[in-house]
Amino acid sequence: MTMPATPPPPPQAHQAPPQPQQHRGAPAGLYASPIPVRTPGLGDAIASEWTKIRSVRSTVWTLGVMIVLLVGIGLLTAFVVSISDAPLDDTPVLSLGFFGVLLGSICVITLGVLTIASEYSTGMIRTTLTACPSRARMLTAKAVVFFLLAFTITTVTTGVVGVLQTAMLDGATPDTGFWVRSTVGVGLYVATLGLLSLAVGALVRHSAGAITVMIAVVLLPLVLAIFMFSPTLARVQQALFEYSIPNQIGSMYNASVTTSGPTGWEPLWIILGVTAVAMAGAFASLDRRDV
Amino acid sequence: MIEAVGLTKRYGAKTAVHNLSFQVRPGAVTGFLGPNGSGKSTTMRMMLGLDRPTSGHVTIGGHAFRSLPNAPRQVGALLDAKAVHGGRSARNHLLSLAQLAGIPAARVDEVLGVVGLQDVAKKRSNGFSLGMGQRLGIAAALLGDPQVLLFDEPVNGLDPEGILWVRNLMKQLASEGRTVFVSSHLMSEMALTADHLIVIGRGQLLSDMSVTDFISANSADFARVRVPADRPECREKLTASLTEAGGGVMTEPDGALRVTGLGLSRISDLAHESDVRLWELSPHRASLEEAYMRMTQGVVDYRSTADAKEGLQLPPPGYGQPGHEGYAQPGHTPQQSPQEVPQQGWYAPPPPGQNPYAGAPAPTPAATADRTERKTSEDSR
Repeated sequence: MTMPATPPPPPQAHQAPPQPQQHRGAPAGLYASPIPVRTPGLGDAIASEWTKIRSVRSTVWTLGVMIVLLVGIGLLTAFVVSISDAPLDDTPVLSLGFFGVLLGSICVITLGVLTIASEYSTGMIRTTLTACPSRARMLTAKAVVFFLLAFTITTVTTGVVGVLQTAMLDGATPDTGFWVRSTVGVGLYVATLGLLSLAVGALVRHSAGAITVMIAVVLLPLVLAIFMFSPTLARVQQALFEYSIPNQIGSMYNASVTTSGPTGWEPLWIILGVTAVAMAGAFASLDRRDV
Repeated sequence: MIEAVGLTKRYGAKTAVHNLSFQVRPGAVTGFLGPNGSGKSTTMRMMLGLDRPTSGHVTIGGHAFRSLPNAPRQVGALLDAKAVHGGRSARNHLLSLAQLAGIPAARVDEVLGVVGLQDVAKKRSNGFSLGMGQRLGIAAALLGDPQVLLFDEPVNGLDPEGILWVRNLMKQLASEGRTVFVSSHLMSEMALTADHLIVIGRGQLLSDMSVTDFISANSADFARVRVPADRPECREKLTASLTEAGGGVMTEPDGALRVTGLGLSRISDLAHESDVRLWELSPHRASLEEAYMRMTQGVVDYRSTADAKEGLQLPPPGYGQPGHEGYAQPGHTPQQSPQEVPQQGWYAPPPPGQNPYAGAPAPTPAATADRTERKTSEDSR
């Protein structure tokens, strides 16, 4: 049906095909569309994924809840510390944002999984891949759109919380490096964690399953470490503590519970490496498997 | 032009599609028929590159779908009306697909108008009825104004107006020189819409021919003859003389006779000779549905049976065991009456060229089952 703005003549609407398509260089008898053909690229796929992610409620809900958690818990801890008169001493004020981010990251994990797994649960993936046979382009576009969205929201929110906390409390003055790490750094870390969830979602193809896997990835190392009493397992226990995701987020805030382990920007490089491997797996699996 | 060559798809031990080869030509509506589970949807998914064939290949315009340049502008498909994210509005759904395919956004409103969904364009699609979902799926297929269109059960859930619209749409699309490939279970629709038929059963090609050829090859016309209802002896007399003249005779449940192998005039003459009045002598054209049923009888995987509720019924008072007397047809005397038209399963008359009185109906699975069942009910009596 290629009738543009002109209303079709009512009685013959079905019988009268519009004129222009029989020529235009197509082989005789074959249909050629009058709409100009433009080869789509990654930019088009990114625009499409942006339309998709902004037009569902789960995005608004997960990111909304995350902002509420980050701001709410950040301000609450700052308030509790300010009335408790406990000496803040050398604890950097910005570290108080840690608890909110820890909980908020669950929301990003959920959104990351839903970004891809909801396509499978609704069957939308078949429609999508019919409109875009290049599966790698589709997954790249999803990853880019999701990562930028999660990064922007997390960085802005942690920045706002940091400013409010330093205004409420007078602890040690954080330097610029710490400011960048606890906002942009944490934003990158949480968005990458979300990207890992997206990769897991693409591998598992089931929302609840993938979210469970990701929550386990976040929490299980800590839970396992708690039960490793045996001295022979002490080193494993230590490693699990040090490299568990909550501790990694903590060390980006200089609020690590362990004395050794990754510090500074190191957690970001670790999660980037893990996510790169998972994404490679997701690309390979998406390309090979039937939809 | 769609071309499948030796297409095979196995899921573990189960072969969904086996060595399927066919061509779908442009400029015609090609119907794709087959019983449930015969591999229609699997075939369509392989055409769209969603499933990878175990062996063989299928090409559209000479390319495999996944290596087609500008695939969404060349192929449009409706696979499953509910293959949309229900939380997204109809317009945003189509917009995301248009953006993905590099199609101008103005086209979205155009196709929404074409399918008649412009009033609900801003509504989330999980509130849509099945028919509205189908319209949205058709809109998505038309979005790229493609040369090749695949529709899986497009009229599912549509209202009569919508069915008429889809029928005309298919024909119009084909008349514009496009390749239109439609799967459906609605034989009456296919008879009106399709020019060519591809029939598969258990994943294998059963038939690839035009609709008219298909009907004449798989079914035959018959004459319906009715004698006065109060004169059963006339019916037997006529049956005898018709059979003698070489016709195949079967009874219908209401007492009419189904005669094959004899022309209307010959039947009339024979009736006149045997001095039997006729209340009805009408030609019956075989329909696509009958031809289809005949062809696919042997390859139906999921066949329904009568719901007898036998184990749940209380035995009637006065009988030692659950009696079948009530089910026995009154006056049922298998020795003298001609073979009945089987009421369970489907029966279509045999195609011309077969011996019309070679044991009346071919012993189809359904007919055999029917007869055995009746026999057991008599035995237990």
